[in-house]
Amino acid sequence: MTTQSMIEAIRATLEDEMARDERVMVLGEDVGTQGGVFRATEGLKQRFGADRVVDTPVAEAGIIGASIGLATAGMVPVAELQFLGFAHQAFHQIGFQLGRFRYRTLGAFPLQVTIRAPYGGAVHAPELHSDAFEAMLANAPGLKIVAPSTAADARGLLTAAIRDPDPVIYLEPLRGYRLVRDDVPDGDHLTPIGAVRIARPGTDVTVLAWSFQVVNALEAAELAAEEGIDVEVVDIRSLVPLDEAGIAASVTRTGRCVVVEEAPRTAGFGAELVATVQELCFLDLEAPIVRLSGWDTPYPMPLLERDYVPDTARILDAVRRTAAY
Amino acid sequence: MEPYRLLDPEGRLTGDLPDGLDADRLAGMMRLMLLGRRLDEKAIALQRRGKLGTYAPLSGQEAASVGSSFAMDTDVDRLVPQYREQLAMLHWGLPLGTYLLQRYGHPKGARLPEHGRLYPQQVALAAHAPHAVGLAWGMRLRGEPGAVICHFGDGASSEGDAHEAMNLAGVTDAPVIFVIQNNGWAISVPIASQTRGVIARRAEGVGIAGRRVDGNDVLAMYAATAEARRRAVEGGGATLIEAVTYRLGAHTTADDPTKYVDAAELEDARTRDPLVRFRTWMTAEGLWDDEREQAAIAWVDERIEEAVVEFDAAGPADPAAMFEHVFADEPPRLARQRAEYEAARELGS
Repeated sequence: MTTQSMIEAIRATLEDEMARDERVMVLGEDVGTQGGVFRATEGLKQRFGADRVVDTPVAEAGIIGASIGLATAGMVPVAELQFLGFAHQAFHQIGFQLGRFRYRTLGAFPLQVTIRAPYGGAVHAPELHSDAFEAMLANAPGLKIVAPSTAADARGLLTAAIRDPDPVIYLEPLRGYRLVRDDVPDGDHLTPIGAVRIARPGTDVTVLAWSFQVVNALEAAELAAEEGIDVEVVDIRSLVPLDEAGIAASVTRTGRCVVVEEAPRTAGFGAELVATVQELCFLDLEAPIVRLSGWDTPYPMPLLERDYVPDTARILDAVRRTAAY
Repeated sequence: MEPYRLLDPEGRLTGDLPDGLDADRLAGMMRLMLLGRRLDEKAIALQRRGKLGTYAPLSGQEAASVGSSFAMDTDVDRLVPQYREQLAMLHWGLPLGTYLLQRYGHPKGARLPEHGRLYPQQVALAAHAPHAVGLAWGMRLRGEPGAVICHFGDGASSEGDAHEAMNLAGVTDAPVIFVIQNNGWAISVPIASQTRGVIARRAEGVGIAGRRVDGNDVLAMYAATAEARRRAVEGGGATLIEAVTYRLGAHTTADDPTKYVDAAELEDARTRDPLVRFRTWMTAEGLWDDEREQAAIAWVDERIEEAVVEFDAAGPADPAAMFEHVFADEPPRLARQRAEYEAARELGS
């Protein structure tokens, strides 16, 4: 075990995977000489050379489109989008080329591609740097989407993503990059894609969350415990494929459910979780499922974002209301 | 910018015959061009009878497709095509029956040749151009022989992906050849509304080689592509070839060009028919005659008939195919949907 921050775990994992498999390469904006704007690729160019750690032109569609071609040539690209907000300029390549290549070629051209992208709010970033739009990606079939909330999962899911035969979008919480630190297993550590993690076991209310909202949910759970409410926090961590059974098992036990996300309410991924829970757990529910999300507004100016992104206080309030229903 | 040309509009050779073209290969080019023209007629007829979905005819662009394809080595080179490149795809070994099945919308039509050097035809304009660059770049990194050829149109050349791909090809020294079929029209929008510039000149802006070629001259297309391929495999990087040609038919069977194409302009374009030009030269050289033409047409018709037989024998589409190949392993949530679909199907039958 080594105690690492999420960003340290990501950097170390990239280095280990590149050392393990010479087909693995990193490409993106500022990933080479600078080592990435968050230092996720620091030192990789020095160790593996400019052919495998590539500073690309500023062209997101080109980065993802080229990754598709590189994968079909036998490379294993790990593309970095500097911020998920910039993925809009590559969205057609991600959603409708990367996600469909295996399908439209009847399996002849599988794409072993990982896209890393930091995202999420409450870090006082400029416009378009904070939006959470997992749902847009989840609505494009053929993509796996993972979002770790611990350093251990940052390593385990990134290792699994790079080795997965299908494209994986790997979402990194901007707010958790340095704030989140925990013990990371040494050596080969893979987290299965498509399995929830019980971040905190509890008996009274299930909170479903992913990425940095898991940290908020755990804080809220500790405060709720002081009031006698035992909260189970389920870290979704893989949006696609979704661990329906793991979610249902928790909500069946507790009978109460709060869903937390940072995206706007309408058609957010949380809606998918609510629909799944009511389908699989209808007779076990003791209260209506509560949704927390950003508002149906554009992402606000940084001075207002703490009133937009769900926080510990809102989660605690939702837990109380659900428990008291 | 005057297009590079080897055959003048009257079918006279104005330069040296390119290397690598013996009588057999020249006849092969002629046959594939004839196949293209004939395929348009047959496919449009099939579409009108409800046997084919939307079809994009290629008439007028035979020389640009065939000349550029014949200059490549299909044993090592890869084709990343756009949807109007039927002839290039057939040249890379796509069975004609499979092509027709695809136009019909049959899942079996998505099957590509086992050799893996033919990529799926792209419908999203220029979205395949960055794929071609990544592929060529990867081939260079992996030390694999060969080059990549990627066709798209003048309309697609306006897409951001086209620019991003050409620029990226420059900085990665990717062995890729972009063939832009400037056929004068993007559905109903003429080239004058598409760009005020010369497409071939964009190459200079991104630091790759560029050439404007008479796309109705199959020998010039062959020579320009062969030169670009040589540069690519020798480490000299990417080339943009603008093939100046003309779309003699509709955009697709869903389109009516009489609404926007001036009849006199179309009539004028017909005088530059690439098939007529090549046939005139081949005949003057003693490489072609009526007998060979008839034999070629019989061969073409036979291939099309065989393809139609294969097409008819494909049987109904298996709905289970809808759930195949989404991921390497089917996730439980998708398996549940498959079961839901199968249950719903039982209800319906």
